Amino acid sequence: MIVPSIRNDWVIMAIFTAVVLTAPLWLTPVGAGYPDLLQKFAIFGIFAIGFNILFGLTGYLSFGHAVFLGVGSYTAVWSFKLLTMNVLPAVIFATLLAGVFAVVIGYVSLRRSGIYFSILTLAFAQMSYNMAYSVLTPITNGETGLQLTMNDPRILDGPAGQGLPSTTLFGLDMSGYAGFYFCAVMLIIAFFISLRIFRSPFGLKLLAIKSNQTRMKYTGFNTRPYLLTAFVISGMYAGLAGSLMAITDPLAGAERMQWTASGEVVLMTILGGTGTLLGPLFGAGIIKYFENIFSAMNDGRLHEIFSFLPDWLENIVVAITGEFVGDGWHLTLGLLFMIVVIFLPGGVVEGIRRANGFLRRLVQSSGTNTATLAAEKE
Amino acid sequence: MDAILLQILNGLDKGGAYALIALGLTLVFGTLGVVNFAHGALFMLGAFCAVTVQKILTISMKVKDESITFFDAYKEQPYLEIWFGDFGTAIIDWSVPISILLAMPIMLLIGLAMERGLIRHFYKRSHAEQILVTFGLAIVLQEIVKSFFGANPIPSPAPGIVSGSAPIGVLLGLGESVVYPWWRMIYLLFSGAVIFAVFAFLQFTTFGMVVRAGMHDRETVGLLGIDVEHRFTIVFGIAAVVAGLAGVMYAPILPPDYHMGMDFLVLSFVVVVVGGMGSLGGAVAAGFLLGILQSFASMNEVKAIIPGIDQIIIYLVAVIIILVRPRGLMGRKGVMED
Repeated sequence: MIVPSIRNDWVIMAIFTAVVLTAPLWLTPVGAGYPDLLQKFAIFGIFAIGFNILFGLTGYLSFGHAVFLGVGSYTAVWSFKLLTMNVLPAVIFATLLAGVFAVVIGYVSLRRSGIYFSILTLAFAQMSYNMAYSVLTPITNGETGLQLTMNDPRILDGPAGQGLPSTTLFGLDMSGYAGFYFCAVMLIIAFFISLRIFRSPFGLKLLAIKSNQTRMKYTGFNTRPYLLTAFVISGMYAGLAGSLMAITDPLAGAERMQWTASGEVVLMTILGGTGTLLGPLFGAGIIKYFENIFSAMNDGRLHEIFSFLPDWLENIVVAITGEFVGDGWHLTLGLLFMIVVIFLPGGVVEGIRRANGFLRRLVQSSGTNTATLAAEKE
Repeated sequence: MDAILLQILNGLDKGGAYALIALGLTLVFGTLGVVNFAHGALFMLGAFCAVTVQKILTISMKVKDESITFFDAYKEQPYLEIWFGDFGTAIIDWSVPISILLAMPIMLLIGLAMERGLIRHFYKRSHAEQILVTFGLAIVLQEIVKSFFGANPIPSPAPGIVSGSAPIGVLLGLGESVVYPWWRMIYLLFSGAVIFAVFAFLQFTTFGMVVRAGMHDRETVGLLGIDVEHRFTIVFGIAAVVAGLAGVMYAPILPPDYHMGMDFLVLSFVVVVVGGMGSLGGAVAAGFLLGILQSFASMNEVKAIIPGIDQIIIYLVAVIIILVRPRGLMGRKGVMED
């Protein structure tokens, strides 16, 4: 699917693993080779891959996926507070609880399709978000956000000694590159599962639902269990991503559940290429990379960049581009969103494919021209 | 009794805003078949029309403050006051109603530009893609507003004469405790008037007749030699004006900030779904209904029984309605029922 000649899944997996694990090396030249950003790539990559299993395969556009992200984060932090700072229980609990939430929300929402499904998921997301801010404050700690404190019980670890403990994997501190590699391993596992789903009969059934649900029903398939399974799997992916966010930074806030966060993952998936294996990963990487660069920029930096221009032009250019960086990053994001949906509905992956085809035609055109001429003569 | 009346009144003005936005959403969906996530942004733009007018009217110059004699003190005085004296002050005071005049042509232009420039190309695309592109547009619009006006809410007061509360309790013989802000009352009447105007326009003019016919069966109307698309573009403009007016008048109730559109949009969509996709009457009825429900849910007595219900009541109602009655309260049979 990615490169036509490589059909074997194991080859894909091997290449993927190698690429992910060496990411710190080859991302350093572009200024992204540090753990914080790499972790974000991996986490949002998982989130987007999971979202793609639902949206890409079944075509059901959920506008409430951030709920599961939030649930995952809260669960992980609670696991740190009550049980242990070890990350494995946190990941497991978060994924499972997000799955439970997904079963409930999915069961209700999937009774409708199309725009109703989008609005139902949106309604659930807003409900959860509002409740996290108001009634559920004992669980979520409201606006402050849930964080670790000195007097958490931590049954398995015992009370904290000096300062707040940090997250560990059996003693291995989950900060810096260790944290990234943990996320990377999770990403590889997540990608592998997604790959297997894409190739499985189950994945094909989901695709068939996307292309024509009525036809599926007439051939005797009850589509709802398949849809629910897809929904739950993608919810669990989001829960996993949420727990990883809490692992790299043990803090959970309700704003993670806001519907703009759900919109962001939609954008990532679309930007990369809906329904493709690697697309969502590209999308997540591109958005997080540019968010990192753009939102850190300011007018001073812009003046440096455009210093080669004449002074009057430089000021104009800086004034215009200044609107798009720093706080204006969201403006860029919105524009990007529109441009992608308008001109490139297939996302980056389709862009690459088109460019590839164009190049191939360009290379072949000289040869084929003579051939067709010869054929016409005959 | 007092409390109930008060809650109904409180719900009605918010319901008025929901109804106006939902009306526009439904008009657009019914005519163009487009799910417009940028409609909330139009509401927000309307509110910022009021802010802009207020800013323009109060453009000031520094003048010497005569009341302070110890040293040279300066104060800001709007040009209008300097030129026209008390009349100028009155104009500034009435900036919100004045901005209605400005908002109507501006919102019409924005609406037409939006339809011609963007929405038109998305008729044939899927609902998902329409949602996505208008969602992007909403982000862009709100970020532009943010970069001009900042992130903080900007208070834009109502005219002084109606800034107080109406003693409706005395009028209705219910005791003096029942008071209701004048401006909210005006908002309620205003939204009623706008809704009436839109309905009258659709019901009693030839243009409206064609639009209604087009909503029912676009193809046939087209075959009869009527340029439906052209009419629908104008309908989009009207929907934008309605949303804008709702925003202008709402500015004194809720100081506008850049994300108010998004907040209202989600609720309005819920309203549209509850009322029934494509049903104008349903949108209006559901708007007022949900507004009242929300205000009842935020009573302390209700909250004591079910904590937090005020935050989720609307969504809860929507979930139930979608599940048990997919075409909404007043939706037509066969329209978007799957």
